[in-house]
Amino acid sequence: MTEHNVRNFNINFGPQHPAAHGVLRLVLELDGEIVERVDPHIGLLHRGTEKLIEAKTYLQAVPYFDRLDYVAPMNQEHAFALAIERLTGTEVPIRGQLIRVLYSEIGRILSHLLNVTTQAMDVGALTPPLWGFEEREKLMVFYERASGARMHSAYFRPGGVHQDLPHQLVEDIGNWIEPFLKTVDDIDELLTGNRIFKQRNVDIGVVKLEDAWAWGFSGVMVRGSGAAWDLRRAQPYECYSDLEFDIPIGKNGDCYDRYLIRMIEMRQSARIMRQCVDRLLGDAKVGPISSLDGKIVPPKRGEMKRSMEALIHHFKLYTEGYHVPAGEVYAAVEAPKGEFGVYLVSDGTNKPYRCKIRAPGYAHLQAMDFLCRGHQLADVSAVLGSLDIVFGEVDR
Amino acid sequence: MSEALNELASYLREARGALIADSVIKYGELTLTAKAENLIALLTFLRDDVQCGFVNLIDVCGVDYPQRPDRFDVVYHLLSPRQNIRVRVKVLTAEDEPVPSATAVFPGADWFEREAYDMYGILFTGHPDLRRILTDYGFEGYPLRKDFPLTGFVQVRYDDEVKRVVYEPVELRQEFRNFDFLSPWEGTEYVLPGDEKAKAR
Repeated sequence: MTEHNVRNFNINFGPQHPAAHGVLRLVLELDGEIVERVDPHIGLLHRGTEKLIEAKTYLQAVPYFDRLDYVAPMNQEHAFALAIERLTGTEVPIRGQLIRVLYSEIGRILSHLLNVTTQAMDVGALTPPLWGFEEREKLMVFYERASGARMHSAYFRPGGVHQDLPHQLVEDIGNWIEPFLKTVDDIDELLTGNRIFKQRNVDIGVVKLEDAWAWGFSGVMVRGSGAAWDLRRAQPYECYSDLEFDIPIGKNGDCYDRYLIRMIEMRQSARIMRQCVDRLLGDAKVGPISSLDGKIVPPKRGEMKRSMEALIHHFKLYTEGYHVPAGEVYAAVEAPKGEFGVYLVSDGTNKPYRCKIRAPGYAHLQAMDFLCRGHQLADVSAVLGSLDIVFGEVDR
Repeated sequence: MSEALNELASYLREARGALIADSVIKYGELTLTAKAENLIALLTFLRDDVQCGFVNLIDVCGVDYPQRPDRFDVVYHLLSPRQNIRVRVKVLTAEDEPVPSATAVFPGADWFEREAYDMYGILFTGHPDLRRILTDYGFEGYPLRKDFPLTGFVQVRYDDEVKRVVYEPVELRQEFRNFDFLSPWEGTEYVLPGDEKAKAR
C-alpha cells in the first residue's frame, strides 16, 4: 500500500457569493468535506461611520444609522435617539412613542422576512423569498409614506419622530396586518414541515446557552438557546411595557429553532403593530409627536412663518445643532438581529466625542469558527443564514 | 434601577475593593475604573460571582483623549441577564502600554479587541490573533485616533493601464470644512479674526 499524502484544503468563500449575505470573505480550511477552521475576513464594507459621526453634529449623524443594518433602518436610529435623549433628559410624548414602536416593529418584520426567506434560499428553496419580498415592498411603501424614503429614512430624530403620520397611513398599516399574517402562514406551511429544510437546519449550529452569553450573543441567538431575554421586556424603553406580546424561546439552540423564533416574532410584531395602530387611531389620535423642548426639536414650518424666535431656533438647530451635556451613556434597543447599542461619549459640544456602535451581527459573526468547526461545508451557509448577518452593521 | 446599582457598587467595593480604583453612577449607569493589572481578576469576579453574574460581554471599545498621558480608555460593557443590570469597566492605558486581553474570560472579546487594536493601536497581551480586522489589507495608521484626519491619507481607484487597483495620496477638490460654531459672545480660546489688535493691547 502506498502512503497517500493527505493535506487539508483551503477555500475562499466569498467575497462574491450569494450565500455570504453581502461582502464576507471566509477562508475555510477543509478536511474532506469537514470544516476544520473558519477565518472570516470582514471590513470590505467598512466606511468609517464612527469617525464620520465624530465630525458631524448630532442631527447630521442620524442618517448614518440607516446605512448600518439597511434591512431595518429605523431600529438603528432608535438606539442613537435614545442615547441622546438619555443625556439631554428629553421625554418623548406618547404619540411619538407609539409611532416609534410601530415603525420599529415594521423594521423587525422587514428584517425577519428577509432573513427567514433568504435562509430558505441558502438551503435551496426559491419560492419563499419571492413571497416575502412582496410583503417587504409593501412595508417599504409605509416607510416611504412616513419619511419620504424607502430605506434611508432618518425618521427617528432625537426627541421624537420627524413628521406626524397621516391617519390614512395608520389605517392602511392596520389593514395590512391581516393579509400579512396569511402570508406568514403560507411561508410557514411551505417551510416548517419541509423535509429538506429540516434536514438542512435541525441540529445544525447548536449553541449552548453559556456559550451564547460568553460569545456576546443577543436577540434571537440567545432566545434560540433557551434564554427568555428580550430587551423590550427586560429593560423596556418607549411604551413597550404597556404593550402585550410574547417572547418565543427555543429549546435546542439550532438553526431550525432560530428560524421558528423568527417566524413567531413576526406574528408577535404584527400583534404589537395592531395595538399601536388602535391607539394611534384611538386615544393618541392627536398630540405632539416629538418633545416640546424647542432647544432640541426644531420648530415646524408653519410656526416659522409667524414667529421670529422659531425662525432663529430653526436656523441654529440646523447649523450649529444642540449641545449635549458632557457624559457617557450606553443605550441599547432590541433590534431584529439582537442588541444594537450605542455608546455615546459627549464632551458638551455639538458633536459626539465618541460614538461606538455595538452591532449584534459583529458578535455573532466572530463565533463562525466556533459554530462551524466539525460541520460540513454545506452547513456553513445554513449557519451563516441563521446568524442573520448584514454587512452594513458588521463592517460599519 | 439606581438602587440596584448602588447595592451592586457597595457590594463590589466590599468584596473586591482592591481591584476597583473608582466607581461612579451617572445617567443610571455604573462605571468602574480599574488598573490594567487588575482587569482580568475583576472581569473574572464579575462573571463568576453569584451576586454579579455578568456572563455576557456586550462590547469592548477604545476612546482617545490625546491630551492625557494615558491617552486611551478601554471600555468594557457587561450585562448580567440574571440580575438584569449592566456595568461598564474602564481601563486607562497609554499608547505603548498593553492591556491584558479578556479573551480568556470571554471568548467574545476576540474581535472587539482586534477592532480596538485596528482603530486605536491599543495593544492586548495574550490575545490569540491580534490582527487588523476592519481596515484594508496593508492599511497603515489608526483611523479612529483624534490625530488621524477624517479624509485619510490614501485613496484607491482601478487603473486600467496596470489592470489593478492602485493606491494614491488623497486629493481633495475641496478641503473638508470644519465649521466653527463657538459663540464669540461666550469667549473663544483663540483670537477672533479682525480682533488681533484688541488682544495685543
